[in-house]
Amino acid sequence: MLLPLIAGLFISCGNNNTGKGKQTIIIAGSTSVMPFTEKLAEHFMIDNKDITVDVQGGGSTAGVQATLNRTVNIGMSSRDLKDDEKILNKIIICHDGIAIVVHRDNPVTALSIDQIRGIFSGSISNWRQLGWVSRKIDAVSREEGSGTRGAFEELVMKDKEIDDGTMVQDSNGSVKEVVATDPYAIGYISMGLVDEKVKPVSINGIRPSIKTIKSGKYKIVRPFLYLTNGQPDKRTQTFIDYVLSKDGQRILKNEGLVGIHD
Amino acid sequence: MIDRTVLKEQFVKWVLIAFALSSLLFLFLIFAFILGEGLPLFLKVGVKNIIFGMKWAPTKGYFGIFPMIISSFLVTFGALVIGAPLGLSCAIYLSEYSGKKMKMFLKPAIELLAGIPSVVFGFLGVIYIVPIVRNYLGGSGFSLISTSLVLGVMILPTIISISFDALVSVPKTYREASAAMGATKWQTIYKVIIPSAKSGILASFILGMGRAIGETMAVIMIAGNALKIPTSILDPLRTLTGNIALELAYATGDHRLALFSTGVVLMLIIMILNYIANFGIKRKIAK
Repeated sequence: MLLPLIAGLFISCGNNNTGKGKQTIIIAGSTSVMPFTEKLAEHFMIDNKDITVDVQGGGSTAGVQATLNRTVNIGMSSRDLKDDEKILNKIIICHDGIAIVVHRDNPVTALSIDQIRGIFSGSISNWRQLGWVSRKIDAVSREEGSGTRGAFEELVMKDKEIDDGTMVQDSNGSVKEVVATDPYAIGYISMGLVDEKVKPVSINGIRPSIKTIKSGKYKIVRPFLYLTNGQPDKRTQTFIDYVLSKDGQRILKNEGLVGIHD
Repeated sequence: MIDRTVLKEQFVKWVLIAFALSSLLFLFLIFAFILGEGLPLFLKVGVKNIIFGMKWAPTKGYFGIFPMIISSFLVTFGALVIGAPLGLSCAIYLSEYSGKKMKMFLKPAIELLAGIPSVVFGFLGVIYIVPIVRNYLGGSGFSLISTSLVLGVMILPTIISISFDALVSVPKTYREASAAMGATKWQTIYKVIIPSAKSGILASFILGMGRAIGETMAVIMIAGNALKIPTSILDPLRTLTGNIALELAYATGDHRLALFSTGVVLMLIIMILNYIANFGIKRKIAK
């Protein structure tokens, strides 16, 4: 995960030193924000042919670190900054709901926050307790340190801990894959990545959607952040302005995220 | 003229020695690096709290990897249960029964099996083995048994090639003597050849264990990575290697150091296994 970061650093140095030709903006961090940033970068590069936007993953914490070390122009984070990280410039680009997803054939369509907390803390372990067949619940979580897990712990688990028997996958995509193939699985993924392969459940009677997030009814929501260390340079500012512009925000909305102007 | 030839010979010799030692240097650097990164946490938290700690929550100050050590051994043992009989049978067939043509076909095929990237094994495991286990045995399918099955196949080439070498190196006179006593072929194999090749066969199992315990990609994909010690063969589990690969991306500070500590433990286990395997092989040569 660090290798592309380092590689990217070299590329950028090369470009900065020559001073001619294409300029590069390096963005790294949260794997939840990455796919959307890639989309934005694609569109941005059509209109700004002299700028290359290089988007890398690494995770929210790596994104924050890289921004602090100035190895990237923009860091991406899907969790809020901790106290000692607050020296960074924080730009909210949009909000993302975390959807609780189950297999498409699962008849359970609604759960309460308490029930979800029960499932992931291990006190609810059988689907019969939720009105379905008598079968163990295969809960799928994310690994320690992941931004999505951090947000889920903060917004859903509160003071309860995720049970040790819970399966762990290392990306939104893997969690989705497990839930899509295992009829008895339940997991949580970024709402923007929900598609027809999995089924999001309503939480406390509220379906996760752009509308319910906007109105504040759907509660499992986290900010997607861009971070800069000090004042961004001109080309970086151009990209940030583009992301916050109507065009940029429309792209995010089309991806199922909730824009900042809503 | 002679001087020049000697000089050239000397030069080549020293260059080769330098290159040979460089691989030792790499090994040393890896050791130094892993120990340098992994040991501080042992000193800070205490060896007991890491190796025998039951709880892993590195961002909250718990660094126990005991469940992962147990899980690593469980999948390795499972892999051996599946891989050892299969591999040994294959090696016996190759060395005692198969004709030249069959051998010419089988040997490269087994080498090909060794060359298949582990992510491919993992992918096949997720697509085929996990659903089969889920549908016919229960649980989520991401489990000890699925992982053991896949690892069992992955260690086959190691077991086959090393036990084959051990079986082939049994002197021909042993076989002839056994046959002269009126033993059938199978009697010769299990009464004479296998006992004579025992240490080599054991070494192949132990090297197979080393391969299984170090396997990462396929394991992450199939094991389910839950932190608990599995209580049934259908439970998910997390191995030492899986823990490192799974969490390295996001880890900082003590969390990152804890992953290096996991690496130290893993390295020690593999060193011990290799030591045992080499010891076994050496004894065979001494005989």
